[in-house]
Amino acid sequence: MTKRLIYGLISLSVLLAGCATIDTASKNSRLDVIKNRGVLRCGVSGKIPGFSFLDGDGQYKGLDVDICKAMAAAFIGDPTKVQYRPLTAPERFTALKTGEIDLLSRNTTFNLSRDAYQGNGLTFAPIVFHDGQGFMVKKQSRIEKINQLKNSDICVGSGTTTEQNLNDEFQRLGMAYRPIKYQDLNQVIAGYLQGRCKAMTSDKSQLAAARSSFSNPNEHLILNKTISKEPLAPASIGGDQRLSDAMRWVIFALFRAEELGINQNNIYEKLNEAKTNQNLSSLRRFLGVDGEIGQKLGLPNDFVVRIIRSTGNYAEIYERHLGPNSNVHIPRGQNNSYLNGGLLISPPFK
Amino acid sequence: MRIPKSFLYQLIIAFIISCILGVLFNNLIVNLIRTGIGINFKWLMRPAGFALAETSLPYKPSDTYAWALFIGWINSLKVILFSLILATLLGIIAGTARSSSNLLVKSISSLYVALIRQIPLLLQLFFWYFVAFLSLPNTPLEPIGKLLSLSNQSLRIAGVNISVEFCALLIGLTIFTGASIAEVVRGGLNSVNRGQWESFRSLGLNERLGLIHIIIPQSLPAIIPGLTSQYLNLAKNSTLAIAVGYADIYAVSDTTITQTGRAIEGFIILLASFLVLNLLITGSMNILNKLVMRIK
Repeated sequence: MTKRLIYGLISLSVLLAGCATIDTASKNSRLDVIKNRGVLRCGVSGKIPGFSFLDGDGQYKGLDVDICKAMAAAFIGDPTKVQYRPLTAPERFTALKTGEIDLLSRNTTFNLSRDAYQGNGLTFAPIVFHDGQGFMVKKQSRIEKINQLKNSDICVGSGTTTEQNLNDEFQRLGMAYRPIKYQDLNQVIAGYLQGRCKAMTSDKSQLAAARSSFSNPNEHLILNKTISKEPLAPASIGGDQRLSDAMRWVIFALFRAEELGINQNNIYEKLNEAKTNQNLSSLRRFLGVDGEIGQKLGLPNDFVVRIIRSTGNYAEIYERHLGPNSNVHIPRGQNNSYLNGGLLISPPFK
Repeated sequence: MRIPKSFLYQLIIAFIISCILGVLFNNLIVNLIRTGIGINFKWLMRPAGFALAETSLPYKPSDTYAWALFIGWINSLKVILFSLILATLLGIIAGTARSSSNLLVKSISSLYVALIRQIPLLLQLFFWYFVAFLSLPNTPLEPIGKLLSLSNQSLRIAGVNISVEFCALLIGLTIFTGASIAEVVRGGLNSVNRGQWESFRSLGLNERLGLIHIIIPQSLPAIIPGLTSQYLNLAKNSTLAIAVGYADIYAVSDTTITQTGRAIEGFIILLASFLVLNLLITGSMNILNKLVMRIK
């Protein structure tokens, strides 16, 4: 009996020591781990219509989800090889740091402390959605300006930059307020709808998404004033250059394809054009006919083709989830390509 | 010198366990260094930069993280203390009611215990908060004049404002813990010899006096250890406050951790504050236990 116990303990300790060393000793890039596993583990919110939301047929849909799919298409060659992990705001960085997920595509604001070595120590991919924080109130309250929210209860999600921005803005205006904090966006919405708070605050995209699911969206007003910059970007763990480079250029490929007018419908047409016409050198490089842009990133040379045929370019992703015909219509505004006066631009694929 | 075999085995097992712990601890430190985090607590003295809805002591966003966490701890303490008292009263009433000879009283209390113990606390808290309190009208109800006013923002009793978050948490914790305490009390009462009941009845004491003077004092030694563990559960369950928007220590450290990125330090503080809280509870219950044993 005792002997068995001792053997048991010894094997357990060997096992634990084994686990420990595997984790610390591996200096390989996460990119190789993803490729070998054949599945991308992507952290999403799962609760924001238009960005990541469980559809009626049990599939995750949205802009953030399509980013995951584009990554999987580029890294593994199959956009369906993604395991989605719904995460709350406080959980997300821990999940990334412990390696539970490979990358985070979850309405995460890119800022200094999250990026910095001494802060959260993440690396951010390019901004995929330029957002800003705002307030939503009930129309019947006749509130039209933030000044009218003095001494009010305001519903806010805890553990987000939202909470900090709210405080900065009210401090700047010299107004007192009471934050009613919930851990989950759905609770924030419930608290607001039930009348616990005069206003709820979040990124405007999330307010619009939330409003789209209300029974009477017209009774609610999103105030004009935007109190913060919220550049939302996918993130990976810091210090893994191969993975972060690959992620960066997957996003740029989505932007670049829009700039060049390459989409899901004409991708093979464009590819043929590139293959037959020697003079289109920039297009040939971009689609991997010439040169070795993919190889430099540790990806297949035609990774752009793989992405575009799976998800389409950025404009197509946006139209699908946030366009006028979607449930959550948010005008493109700043999220247009620079060619149309927006902020999205891709560096050259050279 | 011969070392006894059993001692040798214990020594080996202790060695192995410390090796496992060592590996885990080493793993933590190595990973912390690798990810460049390292442990330090300097950030505690920096301004917190967030407001709190409920403060028992003066607090403003420019105060330090340490002070914000302390305010959260006081908020936890407040809700734990009040629900501890109320749950004890409720538990004693429901527990004794189950030993009552009155059938109605007995079945009501059995129903209460059965119902409450089968439903997860989180669901009960959601019920009290989102269904019961937030469904109150926005304009205050004043059923008995100015003395009591009710709305879905706050409760005002004799001029004192209490937030609905606090009320929902207090009621949820009280009712949930009360049911468990009722079982502890019933067990304690049952541990008293049947003869004691018969003897006070034959002396002509009525049920109430007999219970207070004869039965309860004798059942205390059996009740107090069970009660202690229910109190500890209550303290730990209070962290569910975040589900109903109450600014307890867990909610405050949640915000702190995301703002500073100091998860490990944040959790160390959280663990330490609960350790202190629970040691306080165990300590005072031990004193109470000694007193009871001496009386016996």
